[in-house]
Amino acid sequence: MSMTGKAWKFGDDISTDLIAPGRLFHLRSNLLELAKHVLEDADPQFAQKMQPGDFVVGGNNFGCGSSREHAPTIIKLAGVSAVLAKSFARIFYRNSINVGLPALICDTDKIEQGDELEVDLGQGTVVNKTKNVTLRFAPLPPAMIKILNDGGLLAHIEKHGGFKLD
Amino acid sequence: MGKTLAEKIIGSHASKEVTAGEIALVSVDVCLTQDGTGPLAIRQLQKINLEKAANPKRTILFLDHAAPSPRRELSNDHITIRKFTEKTGACLSEVGEGVCHQIITESYLNPGDILIGADSHTCTGGALSAFATGMGSTDVAVGIALGKTWLRVPETFKVEVNGKFQPGVYPKDLILHLIGMIGADGATYKALEFCGETIEKMSMSGRLTLSNMAVEAGAKAGLIASDETTKKFLQAQGRGSKFRKISVDKDAVYERVIRIDASELVPVVAFPHTVDNVKPIHDAKGVKIDQVFVGTCTNGRLEDLRVVVDLIKGRKKHPKTRMIVVPASKAVYLDAIKAGYIRELVEFGASILAPGCGPCVGVHEGILGDGEACLATMNRNFKGRMGNPEGFIYLSSPATAAATAIKGEIADPREFFAKKKPVKRTPIKAKKRKR
Repeated sequence: MSMTGKAWKFGDDISTDLIAPGRLFHLRSNLLELAKHVLEDADPQFAQKMQPGDFVVGGNNFGCGSSREHAPTIIKLAGVSAVLAKSFARIFYRNSINVGLPALICDTDKIEQGDELEVDLGQGTVVNKTKNVTLRFAPLPPAMIKILNDGGLLAHIEKHGGFKLD
Repeated sequence: MGKTLAEKIIGSHASKEVTAGEIALVSVDVCLTQDGTGPLAIRQLQKINLEKAANPKRTILFLDHAAPSPRRELSNDHITIRKFTEKTGACLSEVGEGVCHQIITESYLNPGDILIGADSHTCTGGALSAFATGMGSTDVAVGIALGKTWLRVPETFKVEVNGKFQPGVYPKDLILHLIGMIGADGATYKALEFCGETIEKMSMSGRLTLSNMAVEAGAKAGLIASDETTKKFLQAQGRGSKFRKISVDKDAVYERVIRIDASELVPVVAFPHTVDNVKPIHDAKGVKIDQVFVGTCTNGRLEDLRVVVDLIKGRKKHPKTRMIVVPASKAVYLDAIKAGYIRELVEFGASILAPGCGPCVGVHEGILGDGEACLATMNRNFKGRMGNPEGFIYLSSPATAAATAIKGEIADPREFFAKKKPVKRTPIKAKKRKR
């Protein structure tokens, strides 16, 4: 399955406070509304300017900080098709897979703001069409592939009546 | 082959012995959510008709991040949480009871347990020799309903600390020093295992500070072997019979060993906007501070308040610096009242708030104004953390916070100790930093 879109480039250490700010804590039970402010404190324009299907591209330690699942959830609700980074913070990575947002580890130094990307989850590739460069992303652990393929953790549990990760 | 604490505890909850790198399906002993993450967990269970708790008496839903609630939407979230506990028999920790990680260790968690919590600082429980780790709402929701989760067994970094702290240096300085050294992602996916003479002699309160901040180096858990200190702590909480000896095997395999001489450490401060932006006090002195905040799961315990009270005795708070103090739990608050600390803090000029997270999460009770700086005993200083991306957060020990409240700018607590001149271990020129 192939996804295409524009890259929105962010730096290192994009925290969950930058993704889903604490001052908007009261919107946690209104995720569609909170999604309108996604990444606002990192880039005030992002939520308004991005198009469904675009990619969020970070550096190191993307998603550091809180365990708030709201962070990857609102990135997905905003229409982002995948998050790419050189490395992810642990809880964000696991949450991202749980909510069905692919989190892909690759050399994002080769991606700049506005580059057109084509991501193939099956092939494991990220093609930077603007720069004519093909990157490979690190394979997900098998347990996480199962969860992602089932559509996220809740769908996995409902489908199998419990965990089925072998 | 010998096992690390992580391998031991996870193995005892899986159907087999485990080694770092393996995936294990484990039974879960304790689950927690807080009021920011609980409502989403509940809605997820409602979506798949699984609104139940496998272990209701060890499933606790806390109201602490927005407690008392500052807004209608959050009050409605609190109602959602209360209804869930009524329906399932799970435990509710009400507004004013205190911070989840403090109460979990006071009242629920035991050595050898697996605790999963919908809050990143769930790793605090590692000080009680439990495998305690933070996860998202859906993971914890499934843990609540099914009593199970899956874990990748982490590799372990051994953090061996020997030597005695110099006066004015505390466990908070140690953990900030470590994070500054290895970086905010230096231990991502790993378990930290704290050991050595300094740890053995450390109070449970100090150990909780260390484990609490393991996640700020990216770690999955921050574990400490159980011992007499653990036993005495459990006895004091009325859970002495729950003590178990959880110790490390001598031939356990570690990915990395980090050795620290505690006697070499100085007070440190984490500068905005990352926890690993740690500088020695010499480099921090003189930064003007508008608000000092003492509290949180990191440093909101009786021992922390005692350090503050001892330092401020007979001194006055700086007129241009506000001070907020939040006891981490009702039990801490009551003990602090009995000890006379609350009176001393109020007379000094501090505002005492209801036990809970207070201004830590930027939801209420101490949000910063544009350009303002706060020095806090909390665990995270990301941009916008305290409710205003135009604010600046510095992290320190309670002693450094108390000294700062007196001077109105970041100050070296050692200058307030009688007689002995502070020993300068690192010859660093003090610089005035621009914000």
